[in-house]
Amino acid sequence: MGETHAPRRLALVGNPNCGKTTLFNALTGLRQKVGNYPGVTVEKKEGRFTVGEREIVVIDLPGVYSLSARSLDERITRDVVLGRQTDTEPPEAILAIADASNLERNLYLVTQAMELGRPVWLALNMMDVAEAKGLTFDLDRLAQALGVPVIPIVANKGVGVEALRQTLAGPLPPLPVRRWRLPQVIEAEVGALAEQLRADHRVADAAAEGEAIRLLLNDVTEDDTPPPPNIQAAVTAARERLEGMGIEWWAAEAEGRYGWIQTVCQSAIGRPATFQRTTSDRIDAVVTHRLWGPVLFAGLMLFVFQSIFTWAQAPMDAIGWAVEQLAAVTRKVLPPGEFNDLAVDGVLAGVGAVMTFLPQILILTFFIALLEDTGYMARAAFIMDRLMRRVGLSGKAFIPLLSSFACAIPGITATRTIENAKDRLVTILIAPLMSCSARLPVYALMIGAFFPAEQRLWGVFSTAGVMLFAMYALGVIAAVAVGWLFKRTLIRGASPPLIMELPPYRIPSPRTVLLTMFSAAGQFLHRAGTVILAIAIVLWFLAAYPRQVALSRDYAAERAAVAEAVRQGTVTEADAAAQLQTLERLEKAERREKSFIGQAGKLIEPLIAPLGFNWKIGVGVLSAFAAREVFVGTLAIVYGVGDDEEAVSGRALHAALQADRHPDGRPVFSPLVAVSVMVFFVLAMQCMSTLAVARRETNSWRWPAVMFVYMTVLAYVGSLLVYQGGRWLGLGE
Amino acid sequence: MTLDTLEVGATARVERVRGGRAIVQRLQEMGMTTGVMVKVIRVAPLGDPLEVELRGYRLSLRKDEAAAVEVSAL
Repeated sequence: MGETHAPRRLALVGNPNCGKTTLFNALTGLRQKVGNYPGVTVEKKEGRFTVGEREIVVIDLPGVYSLSARSLDERITRDVVLGRQTDTEPPEAILAIADASNLERNLYLVTQAMELGRPVWLALNMMDVAEAKGLTFDLDRLAQALGVPVIPIVANKGVGVEALRQTLAGPLPPLPVRRWRLPQVIEAEVGALAEQLRADHRVADAAAEGEAIRLLLNDVTEDDTPPPPNIQAAVTAARERLEGMGIEWWAAEAEGRYGWIQTVCQSAIGRPATFQRTTSDRIDAVVTHRLWGPVLFAGLMLFVFQSIFTWAQAPMDAIGWAVEQLAAVTRKVLPPGEFNDLAVDGVLAGVGAVMTFLPQILILTFFIALLEDTGYMARAAFIMDRLMRRVGLSGKAFIPLLSSFACAIPGITATRTIENAKDRLVTILIAPLMSCSARLPVYALMIGAFFPAEQRLWGVFSTAGVMLFAMYALGVIAAVAVGWLFKRTLIRGASPPLIMELPPYRIPSPRTVLLTMFSAAGQFLHRAGTVILAIAIVLWFLAAYPRQVALSRDYAAERAAVAEAVRQGTVTEADAAAQLQTLERLEKAERREKSFIGQAGKLIEPLIAPLGFNWKIGVGVLSAFAAREVFVGTLAIVYGVGDDEEAVSGRALHAALQADRHPDGRPVFSPLVAVSVMVFFVLAMQCMSTLAVARRETNSWRWPAVMFVYMTVLAYVGSLLVYQGGRWLGLGE
Repeated sequence: MTLDTLEVGATARVERVRGGRAIVQRLQEMGMTTGVMVKVIRVAPLGDPLEVELRGYRLSLRKDEAAAVEVSAL
């Protein structure tokens, strides 16, 4: 039967907040495929369902308010429906969805969709909310007045969804006809331009009028697919004629559409004489209250932030433990040798490190989906906009940046709620400057070793606490400065005004929240996982090779000697075990020193000496480019104190760092060097997973490259200024 | 009179949206067209942006944009 019935393709078009995603999920369930439209950040989502023999594919398009193609989302929506998006087979028909409780504004987009030259069904969603508001609908009259079939549904409760499925599988409705009119002079210009478009075969005949209206009456200054010169010339000439008559052509489309929509709604919808104060209003009276609003917001953000740290801890430890167990088993099962080492130290260690971020990502996406679905997210932007504007960003950038204090990966994923592409890009680029949880072990090591907790600043504050706070503050200040700079250089262009809907509060749909969570987790594991796997293997290789190096001592012989001594009874078992452990540690340290990564550390020593770093710190910094927390373990290895937990958290590493001397006898570390190291870690881009996610979210290698370069330069210059400035001030020792 | 000068709770009729064409069009698409009734619901805690009601829904816009909306009081 598959041959006789090719799947019917439908495009799902609707405003943000009208329940579009809920309907998409209700129609297609888990039969979804998510990707990206090539070259852009817009998500490409397709789902399918079957009615009897007929298979139906639904293309979920981004939520938009208009099809004027002024934003990327609007352009993609338009291009997909018109069949101009080359990688996407054009849909046969359009399923428009509108919020019945907010119909006038929702119909604006629907009237535009009706002019794309495809049959249209209109799903009227949230009928329950509309009725609770006191609205009454004459659905037959509405369908007649609009000229499209209207199907009432309550998507989040599944009401009417089956009937909608049946309708969508049935015969296609006739092509809609444009029933609203522009002033006569403009109408004449539209007719002429549509004629020219038809002659040029720019669009299907049925879509020509709609395209003519868009081209003529929309001021699309940043159109990345401008029309051909002859059309552009015709548009300019027509606009000049209209302006000559004193007509403000740019105001004509909205006035015309809304004028007609108002008459349609008046004829088909009954309204109560007075609207009651809604629950949503009562909630907002608190949530956006002058005093309680910010208090609640701060509390909520603190709670989210805290839960990412605390709730995630147990599952993170569990994953870490599971990876360790797996490593131990693998170590035993596989024959000893290089393949064993690669599997355990390379693959499992590398991929395991990424896996531990999963709980944080799940928890954060959970909260974000929840805040988004309830409608709070828009209020957060409403409250924070004034503050964020100072930096050149909008209120919507706040939550992604806050999330990045836990981990930049979910933070960058959270930028999806920022619909302006430039604002989103700037937010992605500065998010990794927020001090994430992976930097904490580095700060803890440096502060623990060189800023004793009992030391006080001005008698009150513990120096250690002040240092830690200063590192977090430095990240924020750097992010603000860099964001400001990007807005004036690479990613120029005024932020668009904040014209944002504040949707009514709704009970979140568990299904939507869960699907959002799992989809985010799946994408993270898949994309970041593949990149991390490759890098883990490369790093392992660099740290483990070359194998055949001239070692300073014959460790194998010494080990044999210890074993021999035990056999002869000259050394106790316990002593022997300790000696063997020391030998192993020393051999590991020496091999690390002579590996490619150790050689690289020595090679870059002249480069990093001005920062106060010796080659050992260099090795740590280089290894930390995969993941920051690796720094501590690597230092433990190169300082030969063993890399088990006890050695790192205990005083052994502190003592080793404090005791290290340059060849000329000066101590390697001082509080100044420790600060220099921390400043480097605040500013440097040392996280492969973040780069992989930035690649995913920006859909190009260009922006991760920019991120890597600017942050590394910033880190170098920052550390250089700290170290050299500190020495100049006489803080060297 | 412009929208940004209205008191919280006041209702007015939109006469005209001035300013840059792109912003005018964005506001109009959101329903801010001639003759529509707008009510100022509240001001954000930090003094900007505004929340207004029109066509049965809530819209947030900054004072800069509200200053471009000419209204007449009822």
